Amino acid sequence: MWQFIRQLFHKFGSPKWFYGIASKMMPWLLGIGLILLLAGLVWGLAFAPAERLQGNSYRIIFIHVPSAFLAQSIYIMMAVTAVVTLVWRMKLADLFVRAVAPVGAVLTFLALFTGAVWGKPTWGTWWVWDARLTSMLILLFLYFGVIVLMSAITDEKSSARAVAVLVLVGVVNIPIIKYSVEWWNTLHQPATFKLTDKPSMAPEMWVPLLLSVLGLYLLFGWLACLRMQTEILKREHRTRWVRDLATAEGN
Amino acid sequence: MTPKVPAMPLAVVRVSAWRAMALVVRRDLRASLRQRQDLLNPLLFFFMVVTLFPLGVSPEVSFLQQAGSGILWVAALLSTLLSLDHLFRHDFDDGTLEQMVLQPQPLFLLVLAKSVAHWLLTGLPLVMLAPVLGVMLHLDGNSIAILCLTLLIGTPVLSLIGAIGAALTLGLRAGGVLLSLLIIPLYIPVLIFGTGTVAAAANGAPVGGYLALMMAFLVLAITLAPFASAAALRISLSNS
Amino acid sequence: MSEPMLKAVNLQCERGDRILFQGLDVSIVPGTITRVEGPNGAGKTTLLRILAGLNDSYTGDLFWCGEPRAWQREVFHRNLLYIGHRPGIKPLLTPLENLRALSAVRRPLSDGALCQALDGTGLQGYYHVQCRNLSAGQQRRVALARLLVSDEPLWILDEAFTALDYHGVAGLEQLLVEHAASGGAVVITTHHDLDLPGMARLKLGVGEPMNDA
Repeated sequence: MWQFIRQLFHKFGSPKWFYGIASKMMPWLLGIGLILLLAGLVWGLAFAPAERLQGNSYRIIFIHVPSAFLAQSIYIMMAVTAVVTLVWRMKLADLFVRAVAPVGAVLTFLALFTGAVWGKPTWGTWWVWDARLTSMLILLFLYFGVIVLMSAITDEKSSARAVAVLVLVGVVNIPIIKYSVEWWNTLHQPATFKLTDKPSMAPEMWVPLLLSVLGLYLLFGWLACLRMQTEILKREHRTRWVRDLATAEGN
Repeated sequence: MTPKVPAMPLAVVRVSAWRAMALVVRRDLRASLRQRQDLLNPLLFFFMVVTLFPLGVSPEVSFLQQAGSGILWVAALLSTLLSLDHLFRHDFDDGTLEQMVLQPQPLFLLVLAKSVAHWLLTGLPLVMLAPVLGVMLHLDGNSIAILCLTLLIGTPVLSLIGAIGAALTLGLRAGGVLLSLLIIPLYIPVLIFGTGTVAAAANGAPVGGYLALMMAFLVLAITLAPFASAAALRISLSNS
Repeated sequence: MSEPMLKAVNLQCERGDRILFQGLDVSIVPGTITRVEGPNGAGKTTLLRILAGLNDSYTGDLFWCGEPRAWQREVFHRNLLYIGHRPGIKPLLTPLENLRALSAVRRPLSDGALCQALDGTGLQGYYHVQCRNLSAGQQRRVALARLLVSDEPLWILDEAFTALDYHGVAGLEQLLVEHAASGGAVVITTHHDLDLPGMARLKLGVGEPMNDA
């Protein structure tokens, strides 16, 4: 039984198998993702009604919220695959972490940047030590840690497992960080207008928001596949199937 | 051909994990006490960093009273970070670490013992030096007492979490800076609660709940961090 | 032949783009001395570390007394004495303290027994000198003193003869033969020209580049 599960994992964990599947899925991910994201953004930025208190400046949530949302879930996804790396030593799981960590960092940065831009009209200043922004900043630090460790360890396998341990330690800490930052915030800044106080949203606001979140997820899926494929080719460049692939593409 | 010989009898594990942990702590203390300068360095660093604030920002009593606990906490955090690089490095270089992994006791308990020794050698002295610096920063008696209490609960957490980073960066070039980058984000909750508790006390709020929360951090760190450190040590040793 | 103590089945280990070894089976039987041979970079140390349980980036199965080793890590480690390139001697401690620290976690011994072991490796009079003041060969001897008080049946010694003088080498060779004769087993690597009666050889190649995964 155990042997069977191991073989199953071996098959699904094989980079060659994944490469083929990914190639089939990627056009769909890209196409549908782009359509959804564009629909959500155009609707949100151009057609959705202005918000009662903030006027048009709130429209940045159509970028801010999806990227913040995705930035956090990417870390969770990395943690799940980290468990797979540690328990089953699956190469593919490590490839995933390696491929998406920089994407997560970029999205976290995007969320911070849009948060700052949003802060200007809302608070009159570019940066406020708001609980949510501060947590995002620390999340960015966590991403940096993962990326730095990833590049510091040259041995592929050790690097994979060390990064997995770090990601798991980070994911245990995320709720603690969130909680402590919120507490810190109430201690030092008696309630001002917070990004977390979402304006009560009409359907014509949240539907485009939902569309752009979904679109960004699919695009992320596409990008993750693309980056994993690149990494696979780099790692397995000596194997026969990659060489066959190269000659086939060359012709 | 090898002659047929009766196999040697197998040895039985007789030394308990507790005993083995005590031995690890004792050996670390003994070795460190023979190299006293290494013990003094984090303390001197702590002292100097604290001195920078009145010089760099303002020696005004009102500023120092307000910022004092934060300054002391940040300085304690930085000097702990500085000392972490040594936590496993010497043992790694002379092969003691390999022997520790091969001991017939669970590795995470031995790692816990290493963290305890590290705290006794760096964290505890920092806590003991803190009141002196607190007085120099014009903190009042009550704040100093609370501050020392938070440091007493918080510094072991710093040692325990730091051990994970030290184990992960073992044997890497530029281990020290890398270690700080990995560990600082994980230190933030401890820092927030450490300084927040002192601030709450200064405002006259009851601090029992906050201290209990910090104790909860400590318990969580004791139960989880050694597993992560042990896993990280195995990985780093596999690579060497 | 008696049952193997330690058995490795179908070991494979890669380093970078190279396969160090694959499909390797190793059986360590009581009463034998096994010398692992091969050119530099063949993976001798890696193999020894895998057998000792220090390196776990390999595929394959390891058995201790017929049972998977992963299930009985503590029992296995209690029965293994490993001395590597870095012998585990703390420079700030004395030979006696070092030896005591290393043996106390396995079985507590009286200082008398430990001193006798140090005498046996020619360290009489150095009991209370910090090891950083000893020569490389002497430090090596502190580590090797563990063999004299060992009750572990399996010895894994990586480059055990490094830094030893003529007498040290002869003494160690005799020790290995005696250990095997009393039903223990030894796995060893060395650049020293070692040829003991009944010694088995395990040859590792230069490894091969990976072609098809």
